[in-house]
Amino acid sequence: MIRAVARRILTMAATLLVISALVFLIIKLPPGDYLSNRIAELRGMGEAGSVAKAELLMRQYGLDRSVPEQYLMWVGLMPGPAGFSGLLQGDWGWSFEYDRPVAEVVGDALWLTLVVNLAALVFVHAVAIPAALYSATHRHTAGEVAVTALGYVGLAVPGFLLALILLFYGNRWFGLSIGGLYDAAYTGRPWDMDKLRSLAAHLVVPTLVIGLGGTAAMIRRMRANLLDELAKPYVVTARAKGLPPLRALVKYPFRMSLNPFVADIGNLLPHLVSGSVLVSLVLSLPTVGPLLLEALKSQDQFMAGFILMFVAALTLVGMLISDLVLVWLDPRIRMGRR
Amino acid sequence: MSPLLSIRDLTVDFRSEAGPFRALHGLSLTVERGRTLALVGESGSGKSVTAQAILRILPAAASITGGQILFAGDRAADRPTDIAALPAEGQAMRALRGGRIAMIFQEPMTCLSPLHTIGDQVGEVLRIHTGATRAEADARTREAFARVGFPDPARALHTYPFELSGGLRQRAMIAMALIMRPDLLVADEPTTALDVTTQAQILALLTRLQYENGMAILLITHDLGVVANMAHDVAVLYRGRLVESGPRDVVLRRPGHGYLQALIRAVPRFGMQPGERLTPIRPANAVIPVRDTSALPAGPILQVEAITKRFTLRSGRFGGPARTVLAVADVSLTLAAGTTLGLVGESGSGKTTLSKIVMRALNPDSGRVLFDDGTGPADVNGLAGAGLFAYRRAVQFVFQDPYASLDPRMTVRQILCEPMEIHGLAAPARKARAAELMAMVGLDPAMLSRYPHAFSGGQRQRIGIARALALQPRLLVLDEPVSALDVSVQAQILNLLKDLQAALGLSYLIVSHNLAVVDYMADTIAVMCRGRIVEEAPKVALFDNPAHPYTRALLAAVPDPSLDHPLDFSAITGDQSDPSAWPAPFRLGEGDAGTMQAIAPDHRVRHGHAQALRAA
Repeated sequence: MIRAVARRILTMAATLLVISALVFLIIKLPPGDYLSNRIAELRGMGEAGSVAKAELLMRQYGLDRSVPEQYLMWVGLMPGPAGFSGLLQGDWGWSFEYDRPVAEVVGDALWLTLVVNLAALVFVHAVAIPAALYSATHRHTAGEVAVTALGYVGLAVPGFLLALILLFYGNRWFGLSIGGLYDAAYTGRPWDMDKLRSLAAHLVVPTLVIGLGGTAAMIRRMRANLLDELAKPYVVTARAKGLPPLRALVKYPFRMSLNPFVADIGNLLPHLVSGSVLVSLVLSLPTVGPLLLEALKSQDQFMAGFILMFVAALTLVGMLISDLVLVWLDPRIRMGRR
Repeated sequence: MSPLLSIRDLTVDFRSEAGPFRALHGLSLTVERGRTLALVGESGSGKSVTAQAILRILPAAASITGGQILFAGDRAADRPTDIAALPAEGQAMRALRGGRIAMIFQEPMTCLSPLHTIGDQVGEVLRIHTGATRAEADARTREAFARVGFPDPARALHTYPFELSGGLRQRAMIAMALIMRPDLLVADEPTTALDVTTQAQILALLTRLQYENGMAILLITHDLGVVANMAHDVAVLYRGRLVESGPRDVVLRRPGHGYLQALIRAVPRFGMQPGERLTPIRPANAVIPVRDTSALPAGPILQVEAITKRFTLRSGRFGGPARTVLAVADVSLTLAAGTTLGLVGESGSGKTTLSKIVMRALNPDSGRVLFDDGTGPADVNGLAGAGLFAYRRAVQFVFQDPYASLDPRMTVRQILCEPMEIHGLAAPARKARAAELMAMVGLDPAMLSRYPHAFSGGQRQRIGIARALALQPRLLVLDEPVSALDVSVQAQILNLLKDLQAALGLSYLIVSHNLAVVDYMADTIAVMCRGRIVEEAPKVALFDNPAHPYTRALLAAVPDPSLDHPLDFSAITGDQSDPSAWPAPFRLGEGDAGTMQAIAPDHRVRHGHAQALRAA
């Protein structure tokens, strides 16, 4: 078991390396880069001092070198000029657009992204699982129709529209400041209880908006899975034992219907980062999504590269987690038989 | 003293889209303490609904609309409890369910949760009903496993259902049902999915436990052989009504109602006269055009020569070394054109693997399959391109499960035309042939545009046969063709297959664990055990004079509907498939393949190698 996990981690490392090459290649595909564009622009305006600084950056990060060399420096397999050591050494590079290290620009945004999306994830599961259990066990009742209808509305309403409406009424009824993840007054202040409270209040709208579409989809899928399982003979066995209905439901068919969702963890994790770009833009959330969009547009290569690598790493970690959880959850997989 | 269970005027209605449907019409019957009542009937007769009503686990669409179910097993009550009047999910009903009344089901695999150990699933009954702790429950579960014959009860606690054979799974189900020592056990076709030898062991176990616990059994079955060996009393259901009931000997010896008489005539049994036909309860009116059969090869149509097949069981995603299993070991068989070869053995004996090799769905590790299409024998494994394409046309397969083998999203016409399409028949010819095929299997060609779900199990199996016949094959491989079907339609399918063979000059390779079916269908029979043929003989010789101990054990385990030949439960040991336990000269030691010895013309039996050498 431990050997198998070790083997998996080794493959993951190799996979990450391949992904890094692809990511770098794709970022480098459009002609030019941020600095050469900037230098050309500055020259046009005749700002010699700024040009010199840009050229210094260019040399410092080896952007005057060949693409393969640039790649090796970025990954950290080859020492860069002037102490740029690369990803493997934990140096994520410089964001030219923000004129600050990538780590500094992304830092808070990364954690806020995870907080927002984890909140959405918890919301999705907390709402969808009971709703699916209810609608699968109460087929053809008014309650099921209501749950289904709500689910469809959630699926059909565009997230950004709902975001705007909620923002408006949030401000009107509860005096929430528009946009952001905490009141503008707290910007730049260290995290204390007041700032956390403000964060919690501001989390409600994004959680609802990001979560709602996923909730509807999850209710439908979970319900379909459960309906398949509810028809299985082992459910009748559980009833024939004299188990109370809810316990019989949760212990047997519900647990069986979980497998596809566990297998999905690998897809959920990267979704946490990249999935809510549109909503983040509308709500002006300080999360990674808008940063990535901006970095790609302006060819801010270290910034874009780091975020993409981070998403890739999350995917692989998610896959590993889901495999391990499946092994723990399903003896048929643990014992290598179906 | 009142009877343990007394059902009075029970009526059960189903709501359905087609309108309400009455499944039970005022059923009345009684089950006495310590006795077995067999409930006999075909599917749809209401026997399972009766069982579900007693446990109050009817499907959501069904409800009890009249009558009483009086149960006198509740020791706390001085009067019988009317189960029909209790709320189905109420505390009182849940206490009875699994506590005083327990149930075992037909499919031991699907009736156990694959994600929980059997120890957990069996012990759970104790934890619900007695509030036992996990440790107490484990201890008593271990005892229960020992009582139902688990070889290693302590280990069984931590075993998952998929690690067990069908027989052991059913033992686990029985342990689960009996751990609370209920007064009434409802057994719904408890042995239908099992091999005949395993069935005999389970029946023996139920008989023993009934004697030990003094419980009553309501045994639901369609197998009159099981009825004859297990029941004290018999009740026959037909379309939701009781048509006959009484003590076993009276009912079976002098069946009064036409339905039971018809049922007895429709079941294949041993000792049928040569040429005697079964009488289906509902005959299928097949219109079979007679084909010129003069083109049949003079020699055997199929020869299997020294086929061996090993499987490597791959280790799982996380660990475990790979193992090899010898599925088919040095098997040779001959099938004469226009005849039927029966392949008999328990599950895991390699008979399905062998049939797949004949189909060339699997390639053997060594040995060859020769097929003669009239132009002389050709090695099937050497075929490629057009030759293989022609072979696919000449050899067709009929599957066991007519529910799973027809695509629910295709109409019958599409199902029948697909093979013809693949083999390049023109569209008008396909349409005409599809109609002809429907008539051949006794179905109305007007039903061609319907989907499989509109047909009953027997009708679906006829569609499966029609599909196999679409390309005018010469050889049909029949893998358990009737074992998934209701007893009332088995005769119909078997007769249809016989008529088709006579009219079209077909050759059959029939694979089955039901010896009576093979007896009815086959000309020669080969008995397989652990991948080897242990005995091969013409039908009459095999059944009249079985030589090999394994064959004898198989035959002895078949429950006979006749009351004059009861099963000898004490003779059922369960080690009949262990070659090292066979008596001389049949004993096969470790690594000993033995040799086939002729004991009569066409009658060969495998002897152990040591004995064969001594004889020589």
